[in-house]
Amino acid sequence: MNFEFSEEQTMIKDSVSRFVREQYDFDTRRGIIESADGISREFWTMFAELGWLSVPFAEEYGGFGGNVVDIAAVMEEMGKGIVVEPYASTVVVFGGLLSASTNAALKEQVIPSIIEGDCLGSFAYMEPQSRYEMSDVSTTATASGDGYILNGVKTVVANGGTASKFVVSARTSGEQFDHSGVSLFLVDATASGVDVKAYKMMDGQSAATLTLTDVAVDQSQLLNTAGEGMNLIDQVMPQILIGLSAEALGIMATLNTLTVDYSKTRQQFGAPIGSFQVLQHRMVDTFMACEQTKSMLYRGLCESKSVEEGEIDAPALAKTVHALKATVARYGKTIGEEAIQLHGGIGMTDELNIGHYVKRLMMINTTFGDGDFHQKKFNQLSYSI
Amino acid sequence: MDIKFSAEDVAFRNEVREFFATEYNGDASTRLGANAAADYKSDIVAWQKKLHAKGWIAPGWPKEYGGTDWTSTQKFIYETERGLAGIPDVVPFGLKMVAPVIYTFGTEEQKARFLPRILSSDDWWCQGYSEPGAGSDLAALSTSADYAGDNYIVNGRKIWTTFAQYADWIFCLVRTSKGIRRQEGISFLLIEMNTPGITVKPIVTIDGKHSLNEVLFEDVAVPTENLIGEQDKGWTYAKALLAHERTGMAEVADSKRMLDGLKKRATAEINGGKPMIEDPVFQMRMSDIEMELMALEYTELRVFASMASGGMPGPESSLLKIKGTEISQAIHELQLQLAANYGGALSTDLSSDELGHDFAAEARGKYMYGRAATIYGGSNEVQRNVIAKAVLGL
Repeated sequence: MNFEFSEEQTMIKDSVSRFVREQYDFDTRRGIIESADGISREFWTMFAELGWLSVPFAEEYGGFGGNVVDIAAVMEEMGKGIVVEPYASTVVVFGGLLSASTNAALKEQVIPSIIEGDCLGSFAYMEPQSRYEMSDVSTTATASGDGYILNGVKTVVANGGTASKFVVSARTSGEQFDHSGVSLFLVDATASGVDVKAYKMMDGQSAATLTLTDVAVDQSQLLNTAGEGMNLIDQVMPQILIGLSAEALGIMATLNTLTVDYSKTRQQFGAPIGSFQVLQHRMVDTFMACEQTKSMLYRGLCESKSVEEGEIDAPALAKTVHALKATVARYGKTIGEEAIQLHGGIGMTDELNIGHYVKRLMMINTTFGDGDFHQKKFNQLSYSI
Repeated sequence: MDIKFSAEDVAFRNEVREFFATEYNGDASTRLGANAAADYKSDIVAWQKKLHAKGWIAPGWPKEYGGTDWTSTQKFIYETERGLAGIPDVVPFGLKMVAPVIYTFGTEEQKARFLPRILSSDDWWCQGYSEPGAGSDLAALSTSADYAGDNYIVNGRKIWTTFAQYADWIFCLVRTSKGIRRQEGISFLLIEMNTPGITVKPIVTIDGKHSLNEVLFEDVAVPTENLIGEQDKGWTYAKALLAHERTGMAEVADSKRMLDGLKKRATAEINGGKPMIEDPVFQMRMSDIEMELMALEYTELRVFASMASGGMPGPESSLLKIKGTEISQAIHELQLQLAANYGGALSTDLSSDELGHDFAAEARGKYMYGRAATIYGGSNEVQRNVIAKAVLGL
């Protein structure tokens, strides 16, 4: 039994950590967000050169051949710097779906370009009526010749402003809420009939409304068998949620450190505020919240491995991952709110980094389902008769 | 990142499971589950003697004094299996509290005299720390021990003394001199309970039962050979012991078993024609606890993994007591909530059919007595002070 990262994982973790500390200070980040693109292409090219974009991909496509632990190692450090470059969207989510795709030609075409840093990607799944239910899909894919015609609207598409390719979920059969009948297509941002209206989210990242009007796609753009898209999503979702949770853990740990440090220097009533017991106990509670989140993340990582090795079944992992996402939501909120409260007035300012860490935590919470959503899913798996 | 046990550890787990399944008497389990029932002492002593015969009574002790020589992984497995099997822990006062002090700081004579009878459960020990004026602030204790040739003369009052009514011996912190710091001048003394001048007064707790006591000392003569280590240095020995007391308090396996029991009861309890386990609000309350417990299970594994690899337990260990007790209290609370109106019914001669319910009295007792968990062993507020200072550097 051990909870250490391997030598290789430690190396990549250290390399991301060094980047955040030495090259991604808060002002640099602010400058990037205010730039026209909203991200730094220069840094993205560097990520490619350092091999970070290759982490989860199979070696046959030029990837590092990493697993979910490697992803978590990178994401936790990205969280510490609230890096706005779309690593989660492109590598973990878009890349994760492609990795799991059964369409070899498509993989050969796209994965190397992700690794090279030439392709920014996104997963367009949400619709105006769907909230967090991924199988609530009313975008249609109507068979036509050798392909399909897509029509529909996708909302709050992560990284929508910079992605050059999207994985789009659309219904090839069945009713609006059916699990089966959803298909996944690779769609170019520049394809005819694709309209992207981008905007900024509060965490500095971009999103877009994607309107698809008679977009013609070929069968070869299907990620897996038509109608079985949800199976592919279900397969990839644990590692996506674990990756996002690792990012959240990095943020939570950073907020706690910043807050404890601040309480040691901020003087009121002639003493550092960290000497007051009422504040000490609150900081102990946020410390425990962070440790418990870390434990839940490690549980997810260990169980992912157990699933691969056939020792536990997928529903057991699903239960843990729902619990992890719900824990991140609950304790992320606690830690974020306490960080602002203990900083006092200065915590309210846009100038200080605290609020920006909090806003990214808030966005992670609503990405792929908030705490209540996942706790309900957890309940369904745990408390049926 | 791996939680796999080795083949040897899996074999060990199976051996422990097998032993518990065949040797543990289920009747005693029911009685031991209800705190301080009439037969508590004879039941637990009988079980501890079985463990002693097997050689498993003192996993924490060094091998030379009767320990098992298990790896920390084996100790972890043993504790987990015990909790899952619903077997109460050994009474800690002798085996887990005073014995480590005796084999660490005692003389050869003291080791030979006390350790074998602790191992065999022939001596029952209790703990004389708290006083009416010294609870969380233990160093405020004032029970005095005046040196008088061959004896110390002890005067004062100890309180919250669990199972003093059964005890043959009590280990006490007493004041032997007034140091510059309050922690100086405290000594660690072993006192035989049948010494003239000792009176045990029962304290009935809010669960209606008697496990706590007040122990009064009136000119009690204690031979100086019963002093542990040096006079006035007792605080140091006690501190070593308190750290020991804290690490075993997460009780994850016990909570997992209780949670399974809660789910079964929630399946059987019907409200509006539907089992409570399908009630969406009750489900949220259960999963609040279950998710926290799933995390705590891994916090505990992280602590054991760092100890197994020869390291010291990290900062994560300090939250085991706080979270573990909060979780067990939360489960007790839901058990009582499930018992609904029956929860207030005191023990009665009515059968469960006549009463209309079968776990209400137990649920109430566990809830009421369970409040103690966040008070004893260093209250959870004191634990937070410790983490603030030692971990956060505040």
